Amino acid sequence: MKEELFASGRNIPNIDPSLNIWHWQIPVYLFLGGLAAGILFFAGFFYVRGKEEKMQATIKWAPIFAPIALVLGLGALFWDLKHKLYFWQLYTTIRLESPMGWGAWTLMIITPLAFIWVASYMKEVIPGWNWRIKLLDKFEAWVIKNRIYFAWVMMIYAVILGVYTGILLSAFNARPLWNTSILGPLFLVSGFSTGLATTIWISKDKKERKILSRIDLIFIFVELFLIVHMFMGFLAGSETAIEAAHLFLGGQFTVSFWVFVVLLGLIFPAVLETLELWGFHVPKWLPPALILFGGLMFRFIMVEAGQITRYLY
Amino acid sequence: MRYAMAIDTKKCVGCSDCVVACQTENNVPHGYCRDWIVENVEGTYPSLDLEFRSERCNHCDNAPCVRCCPTGASHKEEGGVVLVTHNKCIGCGACIESCPYDARYPHPEGYVDKCTFCLHRVEKGQNPACVEVCPTKCLHFGDLDDPNSDVSLALKDRKWKVLAPEAGTKPQLYFLT
Repeated sequence: MKEELFASGRNIPNIDPSLNIWHWQIPVYLFLGGLAAGILFFAGFFYVRGKEEKMQATIKWAPIFAPIALVLGLGALFWDLKHKLYFWQLYTTIRLESPMGWGAWTLMIITPLAFIWVASYMKEVIPGWNWRIKLLDKFEAWVIKNRIYFAWVMMIYAVILGVYTGILLSAFNARPLWNTSILGPLFLVSGFSTGLATTIWISKDKKERKILSRIDLIFIFVELFLIVHMFMGFLAGSETAIEAAHLFLGGQFTVSFWVFVVLLGLIFPAVLETLELWGFHVPKWLPPALILFGGLMFRFIMVEAGQITRYLY
Repeated sequence: MRYAMAIDTKKCVGCSDCVVACQTENNVPHGYCRDWIVENVEGTYPSLDLEFRSERCNHCDNAPCVRCCPTGASHKEEGGVVLVTHNKCIGCGACIESCPYDARYPHPEGYVDKCTFCLHRVEKGQNPACVEVCPTKCLHFGDLDDPNSDVSLALKDRKWKVLAPEAGTKPQLYFLT
């Protein structure tokens, strides 16, 4: 039997038993970042493939949500900072070792890119739109002419952003639940799935929704596959990793994770999307709403649970 | 030069003088601490083994907090001491998450705070406040590169351990066992 207890000094509610420094802002930020990455990636992807007319919602309409999500996400991140007035220090250094550092720079690039992409379609989305400033008209014409390059850069940065939302957590060796390299691809796939869900929700074109639903189904299966592999990795790992996995396998996050994330957020919408593809009537909003809910829950649970896990000594 | 500390777990009685001395010396806000006592009981009654550890920042050689800091506020000073530059810290909490020893806390003023090995005292040739007040003289501080320093002499003839060596942080707090 081993018993460890804090006798004095450290036995204070502000720090012990575990310092929960990241609250709701971080999962919201990770969710919105992944969602924006998903929307922008597929806008770029289908544009590059020359589907501008067939995939109108994906290329022209859904991207409107991307800059909004990015700005709201950055707002949540800013809210979370404890020393807000010094936030500009993020942009005085380039620190490749720090995921938060290069993530901040990635957002600095993809956010204006998302705004430019949306702005270049303003005249098509809102008939009669007028920039009123000649320089902006010239800039718009230049963007439209070079849209293919913008699409490529946007796709690359969307992947970096999506992976970053996972690496931000996986880089922390001290938190065994996060310290797995599978978190990068897992958050990328999950983020892309939430982006696809948003696009499916707003698309009115049946053909377009069918194409997107098929892609989303693949992403959901990959996500399930990665989740299983994550737990296999933990259970084959060290004591700290096994303890982390047990938070989800009988521990306090078991019900919330398997019911809300896996069942309601992945399996159920996958079944509904399949039924819809087979021609059954499914409320249009239901599968995307479930996927978005599952994605948000996933991030809340991972951020919350990860902060409990620690080294044992 | 490599500053380090050795803590004699056979001498420590867990009186918390080091905790109070640090809070006074460094104006640590109420409800927080930069060093603390862990009382570790192992075994089955009646054969129990008790260990007291005075813990603080490990001033790691391979410091994850320095690596993950997005602004460079967490950095290494001369002698390997890990410090936080207050007006560069944005309070993002990454360093708090990265520390396997939970040695950092958010100061109510916004920046992240932690043990400095009392560098302001050390530079004047004094010991850190915790070392200075320890009634059992169980804390040994000094330069590991100097074979005659208090810490080098303490480590010379005794067995020691570091906390969570598997984290790969190369911590510089040595617990004499």
